[in-house]
Amino acid sequence: MEVFRQFAVPTAYVRECQGGRLKPPFHMNTLLIQKLQPTTLADVQHAVRDSERLHVRGAGTKTGLHAASSVATTLDVSALRGVIDYQPQEFVIAAFAGTPVAEIETLLAQQGQYLPFDPLLSGRGATLGGMVATNANGSGRFRFGGVRDFIIGANFVDGAGTLIHGGGKVVKNAAGFDYPKLMVGSFGRLGVLVELVFKVFPKPDEYTTVRITKPNIAEATAAMLKLMGAPLDLEALDILCGANGVRPVVEIRVGGIASSLPQRIARIQQMAGEGEVLSGEAEREHWQQVREFGWAGDVLIGDGLIGDGPITKIPLTPEKMAGLDALLANSNIARRYCVGGNVAYVASAFANAQWPGLLLLGDASLEMPSTRGDHALAQRVKFALDPQGKFV
Amino acid sequence: MSDTHSFAHSLRALFPPDRFLTNDAALATFESDALTVFRIKPIGVVIPETQDEVVQTVKLCHQFGVPFVARGSGTSLSGGSLPIHDGIVIALNRLNHVLRLDLEQRVAVVEPGVINLNITKAAAVAGLIYAPDPSSQTICTIGGNVAFNSGGAHCLKYGMTSNHVLGLKVVLPDGEVCQLGSDSLESIDADYAGLFVGSEGLFGIALEITVRLIPKPEVYRTMLCAYRTMEAAGDAVSNIIASGILPGALEIMDNLSIQAAEAAVHAGYPLDAVGLLLVELEGERDQVEAEHARLMQVIEASEPYFVKEARNDDERMKIWKGRKSAFSAVGRLSPDYIVQDGVVPRSRLGEALREIGLLGQRYGMRVANVFHAGDGNLHPLILFDGKQPGALEKAEELASDIIEMCIRFGGSITGEHGVGVEKRAHLPKMFGESDMNAMHHLRRTIDPDELANRGKMLPVGEAPALSHVGPHPLERAGIISRE
Repeated sequence: MEVFRQFAVPTAYVRECQGGRLKPPFHMNTLLIQKLQPTTLADVQHAVRDSERLHVRGAGTKTGLHAASSVATTLDVSALRGVIDYQPQEFVIAAFAGTPVAEIETLLAQQGQYLPFDPLLSGRGATLGGMVATNANGSGRFRFGGVRDFIIGANFVDGAGTLIHGGGKVVKNAAGFDYPKLMVGSFGRLGVLVELVFKVFPKPDEYTTVRITKPNIAEATAAMLKLMGAPLDLEALDILCGANGVRPVVEIRVGGIASSLPQRIARIQQMAGEGEVLSGEAEREHWQQVREFGWAGDVLIGDGLIGDGPITKIPLTPEKMAGLDALLANSNIARRYCVGGNVAYVASAFANAQWPGLLLLGDASLEMPSTRGDHALAQRVKFALDPQGKFV
Repeated sequence: MSDTHSFAHSLRALFPPDRFLTNDAALATFESDALTVFRIKPIGVVIPETQDEVVQTVKLCHQFGVPFVARGSGTSLSGGSLPIHDGIVIALNRLNHVLRLDLEQRVAVVEPGVINLNITKAAAVAGLIYAPDPSSQTICTIGGNVAFNSGGAHCLKYGMTSNHVLGLKVVLPDGEVCQLGSDSLESIDADYAGLFVGSEGLFGIALEITVRLIPKPEVYRTMLCAYRTMEAAGDAVSNIIASGILPGALEIMDNLSIQAAEAAVHAGYPLDAVGLLLVELEGERDQVEAEHARLMQVIEASEPYFVKEARNDDERMKIWKGRKSAFSAVGRLSPDYIVQDGVVPRSRLGEALREIGLLGQRYGMRVANVFHAGDGNLHPLILFDGKQPGALEKAEELASDIIEMCIRFGGSITGEHGVGVEKRAHLPKMFGESDMNAMHHLRRTIDPDELANRGKMLPVGEAPALSHVGPHPLERAGIISRE
């Protein structure tokens, strides 16, 4: 196991100290941050047993979730990586939690398969464990479901350092408690994910996307609902609203056998409007950038267009879009509604008690309204898996 | 006054006499579910009509330490709603209201006693469906589907019950009520609704279930392909999967099942087929047409000696009727049968079927096979005559050998029926000791007195004795079937 020690001045501490709420544990410029990097399952178990407070992270691509801390040791599982088993004919892949999502996607693509939910930030190195822990679904979730629908096995180390196996390695399984689903969106608070198993699907041969500009959000929403109610098999259905009053764009992605795409696109255009049609490399690149939040900023880094501003994720239902959108438009914030109005990704650290959201990218020391369920079941599950409250 | 009397007294204050049953005749209906080899008489059955009555009942059970079993239509094949000695049954059939049907947002909020198919019926006006379709969907309730994460023939593409439940309002075993999940497909918290689904009633009772609805597929193309060997049928499945097509359903039946189904419903199955493959493509018109062309190439290459495609909805329904009634039809070939639902990796289906055949020979028992080939979910039906001494025990032993084979092949002891009472002895063979301890620990943290559906999934106390009783009255009447 690698052990790193680093001196730093975490912004959270600076703010707390300046506010007089906290006394710095050391001189502020000698704050000690400890990071453990296990390379085996046994390392993870030791780290959990030997630590009082742990903050789990993978590649750390969701910057908004990782505040520097001197009270919790960072448990960096990114070195616990590699494919354990891949059986293309079974539609099943198993890998260590620190494996980069991109590595898995490349491997799957060689066999014409994919994880259909467009995992976020894979271009920046996001890991499978982080994808599960943060429930990082992209626009592709619309077609077949998200992380929760494709995870079939999860092995994790609980707060006592015990390795627990959940789920299995076959696509259909109803035996035992569904720990794999519980871990989706658990943010490392219920255990350290170490091995994960996913169902995968055959990837469509070709894709085409239509981008239809609408005069306002009401008309964009109406078009979205119309398409949602029709018997169409859409890969993605998003609405992008730029800042500065740019008119909203409904983005519709279809995938399948190439010969069927022209008719399918024509049908969508008939229902929702002509728009601009993307295909080939440009189409692929467009959705790759959506996964990296390229639409949110205009910062060019290397050969990829990556926005580096803050991003907040806000779960939604279509009927609530109008209310949220009025607020965001007023504040001149760019936003993308994904999965048929079921989630908004907002290009801002948008903290609003009425709209609980999660800061995915940005300054982790910002105070956001709590997004965690505090019901009795959540408390009991936490107590069963992490009675000492080690995982923060 | 003894505790039992105080408990009964409190229930009488909560329920009128016709909704708190205690006499033997009335309790008889509730003694077992579709797994009829187990029978236990509860001390009483309450029939709540409101969510509050359910919560009050659970609170009383908690106060007096009385175990309870929630029950819908009693179609569990794993003994999931078997009563508990000294416990009560909470029959949820009257909590059968669709509370909210939001067709624009594609969600429905329903009570646990709503019949599975009724959700689709309610949503049909907007061209939407509730996707999970267990064979008992005309009678099973959504509450039972939630407790046991029920499957059906279309799981490969659309998943099981848990993939369609977005939110739950539940009462925990001590009477505390919580809301898990929401109306949205997305979430920024751990998936507690996902944990609750399939927990076999051990974490409490679902009071309200938010399900997602999806558009009814625009077109279906349903095909029957007959083969001279089971291996050829199995190879065809592998080749379809390898071609990149994702059918809505991929089912295989063996000759015994074909004969029985054909005799029962005249589905038009070729009687001399050794293995019969049922493939269904479904979805958007133009895509399905393109897939169909590709599928037919794969099927032709697999050299079936007979191919038939449903030309219209009636023919499609007939094909499915044969498949869905295969179990009860096979049941008619024999006085009794046991059905299992273990899972093996799809690529080992051929091997698994050979082994089941050999086991059948070794035990001298007939085993029919009907299965969801797309996801490796077996359904061996073990035929026996319960009136012969030792036959039931021998059938159970054979069933047990098949389950162990599934574990050995890297599969699961259950794909969709759940562990229940029936397979709880096998769960520790699939999971290690520390995993079993962890499950017990989680259960006891949520329900320290183990009141909610005690004895299901996790082994506790002594196992109930097997008894031979024949099919459930509803099954005899052809209302329910085992799948």
